[in-house]
Amino acid sequence: MTRGGTPRYGVPRPALPARRSGPARPQRVRVTSPRMGTTTRPPARSGANEIDEQTYLGEVYMRSLLRSQLRLAFTVIAVMLLVLTALPLLFAWQPGLSDIRVIGFPLPWLLIGVVAYPALTLGAVWLARAADRAERDFGEIVDQQ
Amino acid sequence: MTSSPTWPAISAVIVVGIATLVVGTFGLRLSRTTSDFYVASRAVSPWWNASAISGEYLSAASFLGVAGLVLAFGGDVLWYPLGYTAGYLVLLALVAAPLRRSGAYTLSDFAEIRLGSRTVRQASSLLVVGIGWLYLLAQFHAAGLALRTVTGAPRWLGGTLVAAIVMINVVAGGMRSITFVQAFQFWLKLTAISIPVIVLLLVWRADGRVDPAAPDVPRVTASTSVTVSEALRVQVTHPVTVQVNGTVDGVPVAGPMRWDRGTVELAPGTTVTLPAGGAVPHAEGVEASEGSQWVTPSSGAGGRDYPLYRVYSLLLALLFGTMGLPHVLVRFYTNPTGRAARRTTLAVIPLLGLFYLFPPFYGALGRVYSPDLLLTGRTDAVVLLLPGRMLDHPWAELLTALVTAGAFAAFLSTSSGLTVSVAGVLSQDLVRGRMRSSVQGFRIGGLIAVAVPALMSVMTLRIGIADTVGLAFAVAASTFCPLLVLGIWWRGLTRVGAMAGLIVGGTLATTSVLITMAGGTSSALVSALLAQPAAWTVPVTFAVMVVGSIMTRESIPPNAARILVQLHAPEGLGLRASGTGGEATPTR
Repeated sequence: MTRGGTPRYGVPRPALPARRSGPARPQRVRVTSPRMGTTTRPPARSGANEIDEQTYLGEVYMRSLLRSQLRLAFTVIAVMLLVLTALPLLFAWQPGLSDIRVIGFPLPWLLIGVVAYPALTLGAVWLARAADRAERDFGEIVDQQ
Repeated sequence: MTSSPTWPAISAVIVVGIATLVVGTFGLRLSRTTSDFYVASRAVSPWWNASAISGEYLSAASFLGVAGLVLAFGGDVLWYPLGYTAGYLVLLALVAAPLRRSGAYTLSDFAEIRLGSRTVRQASSLLVVGIGWLYLLAQFHAAGLALRTVTGAPRWLGGTLVAAIVMINVVAGGMRSITFVQAFQFWLKLTAISIPVIVLLLVWRADGRVDPAAPDVPRVTASTSVTVSEALRVQVTHPVTVQVNGTVDGVPVAGPMRWDRGTVELAPGTTVTLPAGGAVPHAEGVEASEGSQWVTPSSGAGGRDYPLYRVYSLLLALLFGTMGLPHVLVRFYTNPTGRAARRTTLAVIPLLGLFYLFPPFYGALGRVYSPDLLLTGRTDAVVLLLPGRMLDHPWAELLTALVTAGAFAAFLSTSSGLTVSVAGVLSQDLVRGRMRSSVQGFRIGGLIAVAVPALMSVMTLRIGIADTVGLAFAVAASTFCPLLVLGIWWRGLTRVGAMAGLIVGGTLATTSVLITMAGGTSSALVSALLAQPAAWTVPVTFAVMVVGSIMTRESIPPNAARILVQLHAPEGLGLRASGTGGEATPTR
C-alpha cells in the first residue's frame, strides 16, 4: 500500500502544501492484489437491508406483507358489503319482517340499529389482531435474515 | 305545550360555550410551538384519541339530523348511523396504519408525499376546503335552527355564535386544546342524548305505549298551532279542517279552512292550528306514510323514490367517505405508531355504536308526540322539542337544557375539528409565505375557514342536516377514497392518473351536490341519482385513476416502491424509510 494521497476509505486528506519547488514527485500508484475482494467478508445482510436496498428478495418480503394485509382487508370488507347488500333486499322483499317484534323492537330496527354495532366491533377486533399478527410475522422473517 | 323552556336552555348554551373556551385555554397554556398547534406534538394516547375522534365525528347530523330523518322517513334512515360507524371499519382495514406511517398530517400532505406533485397537492387542498366548508355549513345551519327552536332567536344568531366560539378557540389554542375539548365533548354528547331518552321512554310507557308504527298516518293528539317562518308548500293527503291566521295560496285568511287533497301554499308568518286528531299535512319533500310503511326499511316511506338505490348509494358514500373527511384524518397523525392508529380506530367503533343506539328513539317518539314538525318539514328539531312536549315543569326545562347542551357540544366539536383541518390546509397552501410566522398563518387560515361557511349558512338549506352531511361524505368518497386506497395499495398510481380522478370525481360529485341543494330536478330518477351520487361517482373515479395511471405508466414516481415500504412496514425494524415513523413537517 502507498502512503498519503487518497485513503482507501473515508474522505480524501487535504493536499499537503508544497514544501519546496523541485523535481515533480512521481505519480503515486496504488497496487492491490486481485484477491483483496475475496478476503474481506461481505457485510452481514439482514432482511431489512434487502428491503432498504430494494433487492429482489426485499421486494418479495414487501409483496408478501402487502398481499396478506390486503387479503385481510378484503375479507372483512367483503363480508360487510355482502351483509349490507343482502339486508336492504331482504327488507324490501319481506316487508312483513317489520311486524315481528323482538323485545319491543321491529326486527329490522333491532338488526341495523342495535345488533349491527357489536358485530362491527367484533369484525374490527378480529381485523386489528390479524393485521398486527401479519406485521409481527413479517418482522420475524425480516429479522431472521 | 308550545311554551319553550327558554332560560335553562340559554344557560346550557352559555355553559357549553364557556366550558369549551375554558378547557381550550387550559390547553393553550401547554401549546407553544407550531407543532403543538397542529398535532398536539403526538402526546395523545389511543384512548384519548378515540374519544376525541368520536367527539369530533358526532356532528349535528348525528345528534339532531338522524332523529329528524327517522321522524320523516322511518326505518330507511337507520342506515345512516350504521354507515357512519361502518366507515371506520373500512378505514381500519384499508387506511389507518399506512396513513399514520406516511407521516401525512393532511390529505394534501399524503398526496404530495406519495406522488411528489405540487399540482395534486393543491387539488387535494381545494377539495379539503370544499368538503370542510360543506360540512361546516351544515353545522352552522343546525346551530341556527337549534337556537331558534329553544329560544326563538333569529336563525343567523346560532350559527354566528358557534362560529365565533370556534374561531376564538382554534385561533388561540390550536389542536392541543382541541383534543381535550373533543374528548370531553364526546362524553357530554353521550350523556345528553341517553339520559333524556330514558326519561322520555318511561313517560311513553306511562302514557300507554302508543305504537309509533300504528297503522295510520301521523295525527296530532291535541290541538296544535304551527307558525311558518318561510314560504312553504304543503301537501294534503288526508282532508283536514284547520284554523288559519295568515296568507294561504296568496289570499289572506283568518278563520277555519277545509283543506282537501292537494297542495297548499303558505306565506311566511302564517299560523295554522291543527284540530285534535287531525292528520298532519306534510311539507313538500316528505310524504305522509302509514305506520307499517314508515317502520319498514327499503320501503320508500316519506315519498323517497328508488329507495333501494338510495340505500346502496348512501352506504357506499358513508363507508368509503369517512376515510376522506379532513377532520378525521388529522387525528391519525397524533398516534405514535401505525399499530396505535389501528387501536384508536378500533376503539372508535363501539363508542360510536353506543351513541347511535339513542337518536332513533327520538325520531320514533316524535311520530307520536310531535308529528306537527312534518308540516314545516323542520324535523331536525325533534330532539330539542320532545322533552318540552312530553314532560312537565321542571323536568321539561332541565332535559331541554341537557339536549341543547349536547347539540351545541356537537356543533362546537365538529366545527372545531373541521376548522383546524381547513385552517391547516389554507395556511400551508394559500397564505403561507405571506405571514411572519407559521402560527400566524394558521390563525389567518382559521379565520378564513370559519368566516366563509358562517356567511353561507345564512342561506336557506332545502335539505336536512344529515343529508347535507351525506353529500360531504359523497364528495369525499368520490375523490379522496380512490386517492388513498390506490395510493396506499397500488404502486402504479401516477400523478396524471390521480389528478384526472380528482378532477372527474370532484366535478361529478360537486355538481350533484349543487343541483341537489338547489332543489333537484324534475325527473325523479335523475334527482335520486344526484341526491345520492356515490354509487356511480366512486366507481367512475376509481376507473379514471386506474386507467389514467396505466396510460402514463412511464411516469410512476421513482420512489413509489420505497414509499410503499414506509407505509406498510412496521416501525422498529430499522428500515430507513419507516425509522421512527417518517416525520413530515407540516410547515414544509
